[in-house]
Amino acid sequence: MIHERSIAELIAARATGEFSAAELTAHYLDRIARFDDGLNSLITRTDEAARDRAAALDDGVGAALSGIPVLQKDIFCTRGVRTSCASRMLDNFIAPYDAGVVERLDEAGMVMLGKTNMDEFAMGSSSENSFYGPVRNPWNAAHVPGGSSGGSAAAVAAGLAPAATGTDTGGSIRQPAALCGVTGIKPTYGRVSRYGMIAFASSLDQGGCFARSAEDCAHVLGAMAGFDERDSTSVEREVPDYAGQLDGDVSGLTIGLPTQYFADGLEAESRDVLDAAIATYEKLGARVVEIDMPHTDLAVSTYYVIAPAEASSNLARFDGVRYGHRCADPVDLEDLYTRSRAEGFGAEVQRRIMIGAYVLSAGYYDAYYLKAQKTRRLIADDFHKAFAEVDLIAAPVTQAPAFAIGEKADDPVAMYLNDVYTLPASLAGVPGMSVPAGFSNGLPVGLQLIAPWFAEGRLLNAAHAYQQVTDWHTRRPPGFE
Amino acid sequence: MSLTPDDVRKVAHLARLGLDETQVAEYATELSSILDVVDHLATAQTDDVAPMSHPLDLSARLRPDVAQATVDREAFQAIAPDTADGVYRVPKVIE
Amino acid sequence: MNWETVIGLEVHIQLATQSKIFSSAPTAYGAAPNTQANAVDIALPGVLPVINAEIVRMATRFGLAIDAEIAPRSVFARKHYFYPDLPKGYQISQYDLPTVAGGHLDIVTEAGGARRIGITRAHLEEDAGKSLHEAFDRETGIDLNRAGTPLIECVSEPEITSAAEAAAYARKLHSLVRYLGICDGNMAEGSFRVDANVSVRPAGTREFGTRTETKNVNSFRFLERAIEYEIERQIDVLESGGTIVQETRLFDPDSGETRAMRSKEEAHDYRYFPDPDLLPVEIDAAFIESIRADMPELPDAKAARFVAEYALGEADAAALTGDRAWADYFEATVAAAGGKKATQGKPAANWITTSLAGELNRSGTTIDEAPISADQLGGLLARIADDTISGKIAKQVFDALVAGEGETADAVIEARGLKQITDTDAIEALVDEAIANNPDQVQQYLDGKTKIVGFLVGQVMKASQGKANPKDVNQRLVAKLDAMA
Repeated sequence: MIHERSIAELIAARATGEFSAAELTAHYLDRIARFDDGLNSLITRTDEAARDRAAALDDGVGAALSGIPVLQKDIFCTRGVRTSCASRMLDNFIAPYDAGVVERLDEAGMVMLGKTNMDEFAMGSSSENSFYGPVRNPWNAAHVPGGSSGGSAAAVAAGLAPAATGTDTGGSIRQPAALCGVTGIKPTYGRVSRYGMIAFASSLDQGGCFARSAEDCAHVLGAMAGFDERDSTSVEREVPDYAGQLDGDVSGLTIGLPTQYFADGLEAESRDVLDAAIATYEKLGARVVEIDMPHTDLAVSTYYVIAPAEASSNLARFDGVRYGHRCADPVDLEDLYTRSRAEGFGAEVQRRIMIGAYVLSAGYYDAYYLKAQKTRRLIADDFHKAFAEVDLIAAPVTQAPAFAIGEKADDPVAMYLNDVYTLPASLAGVPGMSVPAGFSNGLPVGLQLIAPWFAEGRLLNAAHAYQQVTDWHTRRPPGFE
Repeated sequence: MSLTPDDVRKVAHLARLGLDETQVAEYATELSSILDVVDHLATAQTDDVAPMSHPLDLSARLRPDVAQATVDREAFQAIAPDTADGVYRVPKVIE
Repeated sequence: MNWETVIGLEVHIQLATQSKIFSSAPTAYGAAPNTQANAVDIALPGVLPVINAEIVRMATRFGLAIDAEIAPRSVFARKHYFYPDLPKGYQISQYDLPTVAGGHLDIVTEAGGARRIGITRAHLEEDAGKSLHEAFDRETGIDLNRAGTPLIECVSEPEITSAAEAAAYARKLHSLVRYLGICDGNMAEGSFRVDANVSVRPAGTREFGTRTETKNVNSFRFLERAIEYEIERQIDVLESGGTIVQETRLFDPDSGETRAMRSKEEAHDYRYFPDPDLLPVEIDAAFIESIRADMPELPDAKAARFVAEYALGEADAAALTGDRAWADYFEATVAAAGGKKATQGKPAANWITTSLAGELNRSGTTIDEAPISADQLGGLLARIADDTISGKIAKQVFDALVAGEGETADAVIEARGLKQITDTDAIEALVDEAIANNPDQVQQYLDGKTKIVGFLVGQVMKASQGKANPKDVNQRLVAKLDAMA
């Protein structure tokens, strides 16, 4: 089946004329039509544009990923296509320009099939906070796919596209990748352009991707990554040939296991899955050592000051004046603002906007925002020290597999605490991945790998090595074969 | 740290979110429990720690001063709620 | 009771860049609404700011000119408030780490008082758009062309003590930024905007009174009037037992009064924090030195040089250096005249500050559009210096050049036949004729009333139609008359 093949195989099949880009696109559009009603992984489908583009690609000389379908998280602006961020605020927003990531994947020849569902403005860990309804986990429709990039993860797990983009602010790629049993990578902060990626927390947001293997991720990330002069935080640094450099050799690598990540709270069955994965790395010739990351316990409190503070500021532009939702018949300016914003934003977004305004407000700045900037440095310093000793860090992604839809909806704090293993890497800006490593109660469990700044190549190769000797990443949710 | 309904009204006003009284009460409870988590920060010893604004220790890259006159007003205003004669419109503001 | 006044000025200086501070949209004034506001300026979701290199150069130039500290590391912060002409819901400005801090400006008031006024800081920030309150009956229109225009906000210490000092400070700052080439100084277009913080307190006390901030002042004359009005108003309120409300007031140039803004004011909580979309601006010593090496001569230094080099009086030097264009015109005139600077300076200054200034005043034009070029005026001065024409004839030539009657002074002199008579025989004949025709005056001279010779010189000049050299005529007359004694 086409959707069982790797991106490299799809490229080869295109080259030999086994099938055309039009056929490839049609195959995935069919799957979307068949399966997405049950998953709700897409907000907007762009079938017609995808068919036209695939046909045009069949007529010309192809770029590296010519004709390979992709789904875009609905946080990336796409010219002429609704870009909603899963919010009522932007339900009517047709972006007048393309994000840097969208331009790059277009140039690489990828064919966009649609825009994926997510937590509103990327705020959440379950993809339940969407104006368009919750996304369902293909492994069990009663469970969440994780978030915020849940639509992308679910769609790739269900074989609706070979790859999808995501964004990760505190775990929004790694966590849904783990809960849906797909491979996902969040690169180093600054590696992928933020231009046209609707901002949640600017100093944390980083674009990345989901695919069915590390090798597929290497192809897509290679096309996405790179300097963009329109983003002041984009780093001017050459992008290695990630896919070309995969050799599956991890012998001689030192992998650190932070004690703090394997303490209380980690579910027993997930722990067993991770132990087995780590044993596999030892068999492949890696050296495994325990390391100490003493400030890990500050990550949740640090993150839930910095991210809401930046979010409250970034979301101030949604005022009903130039685009987006405007309330009916505003009587005055104050009414225009307060009603448009109250109607346009969901509860979780409102909570974070208010927490953010609070921690920045007069009298609280030093105790909260400034303090969190300092604890952020302590957390980043843990990584500096760790990477002086080890080449990679291995850790859980979540404490447990996917929870049931609605289970944590009434308790925002329980949801926040769930991010404990993914937040530190986001705060430090280092790259991280989630690699399928087994199952707990029939639901996927991911292994988190974290590398030093800009060592995405090492990260992808370590994941690739594991996937050469295991088949977890090839498992498909029942009913989506 | 717990937030009173008055605190909630104050931040809701700063953020221009129109809330009814039921919401004010709900948010007071929820935001207080979030601040309880955040208050863990106070336990950290940070006396000699420099604040970190940014994950990478870099300085600004500056752009050459070159103007590009490529404004598509029509496209920008096609998505606007209320425009006339090329300007955005809001309810009358009195200075 | 005696009152004393405390004034601090906040001046918004629009930087004369090609593109905006954080976007590549053009900054030109007067375009159709929203045609110079790109995706970044209208704050579409997902767009990001990138700092214009030129603003860092300009801020450094400005900092050096006011003798300030240039911060090795400055940080842009977000200042939050909701207003429809502020598209992002925050203004990107500098807060605790501005590019320029400290510094001062030396001022001289029109009455001659000299003072040094401290400058607290000068930070970089973006301008907001414009709200058009009159465009519609029930709506306010928003034009974002101005949004993102680069500004330096220069904040003085609260140590200005009168409206006249405030005007002198503003004029001096205006002159400086034009010299530096960082601002076009066009106050009518809002390129140079002055807000005045004014308070009064009983003379001799130390505590500040409650201040008001007066905005919307778009000329130096209005600034002086607005502050004078505000001082009187505050004293009236206090003396009749009232209290001053801290508020923003608008100056109405028609009535000459200030009035409180009608919109409800609230205590602002701007929630500043470092803009995570931007990295710190780093300025090293080498960069500062390169800017310093490239600094133009500034007004105070230029005035001192004019006194030393051109032998001008302080008043002339100050008048000529207030505006760089006038100073340049003056120097070009002297250069074109040739001869020694110390000799030609004074006459050049006189011609420029009287005849030319009068002409510009009459025609309502600026020095850049002067009807007589510095080359033409210099050529005229050269002919006076070498006695080709007299001062009186020179004014005719000047007027002819202004009227466009000739390319050069020489051409006008030639065409009109204004050259002084240098033919000795002809002058001797006119002298003899004057002696012969005026026996009474000759006798008076011989009787010792030697001053009468001026009358005889006048007769010769008249007969020569002004073309004889009066000094030469005088010498010849005296010689002849003395010989008759």
